[in-house]
Amino acid sequence: MNKNVERLYNGIIKENPTFVLMLGMCPTLAVTSSAMNGLGMGLSTTVVLVCANLLISAFRKVIPNGVRMPAFIVIVASLVTMVQFIMNAYTPSLSESLGVYIPLIVVNCIILGRAESYASKNPVVPSIFDGIGMGLGFTFGLTAIGLIREILGAGQVFGFQLLPLADKANGVAGFTPITIFVMAPGAFLVLACLVAVMNIVRAKMEAKGKPLAAPSGCLTGDCASCGQSAMCTGRSQSESASAKKAE
Amino acid sequence: MKELLLIAIGSAIVNNVVLSQFLGICPFLGVSKKTETAAGMGGAVVFVITIASFVTALIYKFILANEALLKMGIDLTYLQTIVFILVIAALVQFVEMFLKKSIPSLYQSLGVFLPLITTNCAVLGVALTNVTKEYNILESIVNGFATAVGFLIAIVIMAGLREKIEYNDIPKPFQGTAIVLITACLMSIAFMGFSGMI
Repeated sequence: MNKNVERLYNGIIKENPTFVLMLGMCPTLAVTSSAMNGLGMGLSTTVVLVCANLLISAFRKVIPNGVRMPAFIVIVASLVTMVQFIMNAYTPSLSESLGVYIPLIVVNCIILGRAESYASKNPVVPSIFDGIGMGLGFTFGLTAIGLIREILGAGQVFGFQLLPLADKANGVAGFTPITIFVMAPGAFLVLACLVAVMNIVRAKMEAKGKPLAAPSGCLTGDCASCGQSAMCTGRSQSESASAKKAE
Repeated sequence: MKELLLIAIGSAIVNNVVLSQFLGICPFLGVSKKTETAAGMGGAVVFVITIASFVTALIYKFILANEALLKMGIDLTYLQTIVFILVIAALVQFVEMFLKKSIPSLYQSLGVFLPLITTNCAVLGVALTNVTKEYNILESIVNGFATAVGFLIAIVIMAGLREKIEYNDIPKPFQGTAIVLITACLMSIAFMGFSGMI
């Protein structure tokens, strides 16, 4: 397979950041109260991811190894600021509903993770395709979770009333929205079910001899592939701390 | 005083940072296996977020949104995300070195968690919220401290629950992260009960 197509396939399906790698869980939980929000967040992350991969890959030979993390962070933070202003100007309502989560793209594990594990080691063109693949995979994941929550919680799809609502006063039968799904607890509940479904899929694939990529990142407490592990030594240290206490 | 109290209760309990704003999910799920480590992590977060919100509020007021500069038509507030993340990363390193050198006993209990906090989105989230809500320096410190206390409460309760859950008979697909998320969901429903308070 062509290397660039392989990168796209890898990001969207094989190592889908939401479903398989389970990266970037903060935005996944926070902004998926509707499909539109999920799509907007996914696309803005994609833009940042593609541009960050492009720049980091282009400068990979110039940036000294010792200060690569701060350098990556400055690049990503500048891009995020630009995206934030563009969204403020052209999609003010979306930017208002995403709020503080747009600037928080800076600390999204996916972006620094791809910078560290792919863009800083590979040429520009594959890095761009890696960014597009991962970004679209993330967008797909967020939109799917947003759709589930929006349908169950409001009976809507992208703001369009899909299921006719019940009207008890006039005796009209219909769908009664399960409002909890568009509120905070619904996010945890939908994600929990998603993780459980993925556990079943994972076990089936393993039985077939085609194991999925292991989940990585914050959710599993496995920081090795997070990309921020250069600065963040939390897991190994917290474990050694508890081991020390046990002694 | 009344405003400060409202800010404190609002960010510690009503709009809990983990359970209703989804910031700092990573350590909440990753470091909540034991009550002791969870309390250590929570303590370190309280320490760092309080200092970080003080420092970022100072930087915002006197450098980025400096009145003299604004009068000259120079508005540096667009740099806030870049400046805040770098300041927080540097600050955590500095606090770690300072504690190691001068207060070894505190370093013993909090030090191991400090590097983990650099990338905790709650720290940056609080700094940015302080700016969006136009808090002054004192209000920023109170907001930062209260938010971090909210994190401490959530992670300690979660660790306590997880220690109990460990011996339960859970359906296979829900073992591990899934049951932790369900627990978080139930905690979040419980915390929604506070929403009428303010």
